[in-house]
Amino acid sequence: MAVESEHVRATAVGATEFPDLVRLYQVTGVPKTVVDGTVGILGALPEELFVRQALAHRLPPVDSGTAT
Amino acid sequence: MSLLSNGNRQLVRDALAQMTGPVSLVFFTQTIGCEGCLAARRVLDEVVPLNEQLAFEEHNLVLDKETAATYGVDRAPAIAVVGARDYGIRFYGAPTGYEFMTLVDAILLASTGDSGLSAESRELLGGLTAPLDLQVFVTPT
Repeated sequence: MAVESEHVRATAVGATEFPDLVRLYQVTGVPKTVVDGTVGILGALPEELFVRQALAHRLPPVDSGTAT
Repeated sequence: MSLLSNGNRQLVRDALAQMTGPVSLVFFTQTIGCEGCLAARRVLDEVVPLNEQLAFEEHNLVLDKETAATYGVDRAPAIAVVGARDYGIRFYGAPTGYEFMTLVDAILLASTGDSGLSAESRELLGGLTAPLDLQVFVTPT
């Protein structure tokens, strides 16, 4: 994702070496991806799903086409 | 004593042979209070000689504050994998075990500048207009 978009920065963080970050982001299992320090994605997801989840709090909600 | 067996070294050399452009591994270390720094340096010492397009530079996190700030690095050991431009790929901690192949993958990505993502993923990312920070927590095994 970092290569594809100049806005994305991607850091692999070794959990055993940075226990303070593990505590900060409440990492209880790996892999865990923390997005903008706020949203957590647990596990290894299929590519498009991962991208969507990572962008979920940025992109406008998908218009489902039904009126509410 | 090297980390890679002869067989594995050849495998890595073969993987890196796919590099299409130069990559710099920018390494940040510190002399005190960094257990992983030595391990990270050893990994880099093994990998860098395996392809002539791979370059290495080492900086001290404390003494080279400006360089660290340029790369947005505030921890050690840290490695910035930089291709034709800085794509924002970083490793915090020593890339040992499973993370070693992740480093090799990152080198290839930075070398080609091609994300290899699907058209759908690329389209989703095309809509991004502000910084997005991803921190992926991993363990070596």
